Amino acid sequence: MSTKSQSIDRKSQDERLRRVSKLKKLLNRPELGALGGSILVFIFFGIIAGDSGMFSAYGTLNFLEVSSNLGIIAIGAAMLMIGGEFDLSVGSMIGFAGICIAIPAIYWGWPLWSSILFAFSMAVLIGYANGILVVRTGLPSFIVTLAMLFILRGATLALTRLITGRTQVPGLRVLIENDPIAWIFSADVFSGLFVWLGSLGLIALRQDGTPLATGIPTSVIWWIGLTIFATWILMKTRYGNWIFASGGDKLGARNVGVPVARVKISLFIGTAVCATIYACVQVLDAGSADTMRGFLKELEAIVAAVVGGCLLTGGYGSAIGAAFGALIFGTVSMGIYYTDVDTDWFKVFLGAMMLIAVIFNNFVRRRVTENK
Amino acid sequence: MSTDIIVEFNNISKFFGSVIALKDVTMHVKKGEIMCLLGDNGAGKSTLIKTLSGVHKPNEGEIIVEGKKTTFDSPRDALDLGIATVYQDLALVSLMSVTRNFFMGREPMKGFGLFKVFDIEKANAVAAERMGQIGIDVRDPSQAVGTMSGGERQCLAISRAIYFGAKVLILDEPTSALGVHQASVVLKYIVKAASEGLGVILITHNVHHAYPVGDRFTILNRGKSMGTYPKKDLSREKLLSMMAGGEELDKLEVELKEMDRISKSNN
Repeated sequence: MSTKSQSIDRKSQDERLRRVSKLKKLLNRPELGALGGSILVFIFFGIIAGDSGMFSAYGTLNFLEVSSNLGIIAIGAAMLMIGGEFDLSVGSMIGFAGICIAIPAIYWGWPLWSSILFAFSMAVLIGYANGILVVRTGLPSFIVTLAMLFILRGATLALTRLITGRTQVPGLRVLIENDPIAWIFSADVFSGLFVWLGSLGLIALRQDGTPLATGIPTSVIWWIGLTIFATWILMKTRYGNWIFASGGDKLGARNVGVPVARVKISLFIGTAVCATIYACVQVLDAGSADTMRGFLKELEAIVAAVVGGCLLTGGYGSAIGAAFGALIFGTVSMGIYYTDVDTDWFKVFLGAMMLIAVIFNNFVRRRVTENK
Repeated sequence: MSTDIIVEFNNISKFFGSVIALKDVTMHVKKGEIMCLLGDNGAGKSTLIKTLSGVHKPNEGEIIVEGKKTTFDSPRDALDLGIATVYQDLALVSLMSVTRNFFMGREPMKGFGLFKVFDIEKANAVAAERMGQIGIDVRDPSQAVGTMSGGERQCLAISRAIYFGAKVLILDEPTSALGVHQASVVLKYIVKAASEGLGVILITHNVHHAYPVGDRFTILNRGKSMGTYPKKDLSREKLLSMMAGGEELDKLEVELKEMDRISKSNN
């Protein structure tokens, strides 16, 4: 190489150096918006509702539980969105999984653990069906999963009414007691710690001396665990790289040997499985299944993923961001009760937040892909 | 001489229904040479590339890789024999980092069993080193490919193919979307790759890019090969006129003169 061309290379190298400052790199992280948003939300409620009990142990666990429920499905939705697809059937899947647990356990006499496993196998099946339909037909996942939204919700209602004659299936609570796996979804964790904290007078107690907050709900553990697991997959594994590649440019990814169809199908299975985890937590907590459970949850999951920095077009986003998106959602939806604001305004806030998030993400995307 | 030949394509024909996309195309590429495949739009270049890279199966003809007759059932088969194709879209994801693109689909792993993970440190080091070798200093291999210029992206795609063991590189219009300077950077890199022993099939319709770097030239027209010429037997002008369908232009000139004459005599 001649000295002249080397000097050109030096120059272009300097141009590149100037471009990548630390701050700009930080700005390019997908979860930045959700992290900043979470901090803002906490500051806001800290000022408005700081002394209202919202941030007591009980209040904190309350909004964490709401966040965690949403977080579980938001992480599945985020992974799928990074992989370039949507799943609108998540909410219906929650209702369907709920009755898949309740009907066999109560009407057919199955042990609870086997009906839980049954619900998860149905989730794998339905996720697979969604995936294979999207991959094989090449239709937008929006349409395919919208169809699945109606099919599943309708089937849930029709089957439940056919078998039980009603739309609710109560009576699960007694079955939880002696079940080998139900505790994974329903027990409180660290309840001993909370009793101890209560005895020290650090957290609020009931009349009978037991703490008001009885322990960390398992859903919070699921939420944190799934976030860590999803982040590990995305950042550290080969499969994670394939998810980004499949969402970023499926033709290009296929040309270099990424099994795009397999990746996408497995992500659809992932969202359905997340919906079933959500259903397990809800059904076992409430002790009953309802055909309307999970209504509109698919949209909330998408809001959380988008607020968390996932691009609707795929190829970009993070699980941590989605977890923070869910935290914002849960904090505001619970926190609003501690303020004087009429709760009717919650959805206005939700819509505005999503709009801001999308504008911000669009700006980030343009920064990342711009070619100078 | 024949020992230097890496790939031979003999009498390749490809039909789509009643359409003859390729008919009896014969060509080969040797170690260390740049074989340019030239042709106008619709000459069958794309079909030929797809046949060479295993996307299409030829209806007739044979493919011989390093002396052994073979067939490609998929692009993977061609790749396994060291025939790598860099398509026009480059198969790069602009939202992903240089490293993640470089190793897309072939990530280096470390660890055992379930805990096998993508060895990102090693991948970063290799990507930075490989890009450095071609004079592109990637200070931060985690920067998105979207921030790179067109020429840099092309070089990244070629460099990736070489790293993963390509013996023959099929380059589909590598300079078509590039400015003069960027194109020359890419062409320089192609020459360097060939000088290190790779066979290169350079597909282009730009004679000005092909002529300076090519060793031999195959001209494709309407699905047929118009022959392969070594550089010494072919002037740039000759190549240009063959490319542009010189005969057709000559004919057009005659027709125009005729029209001119008729219109004059009418007046």
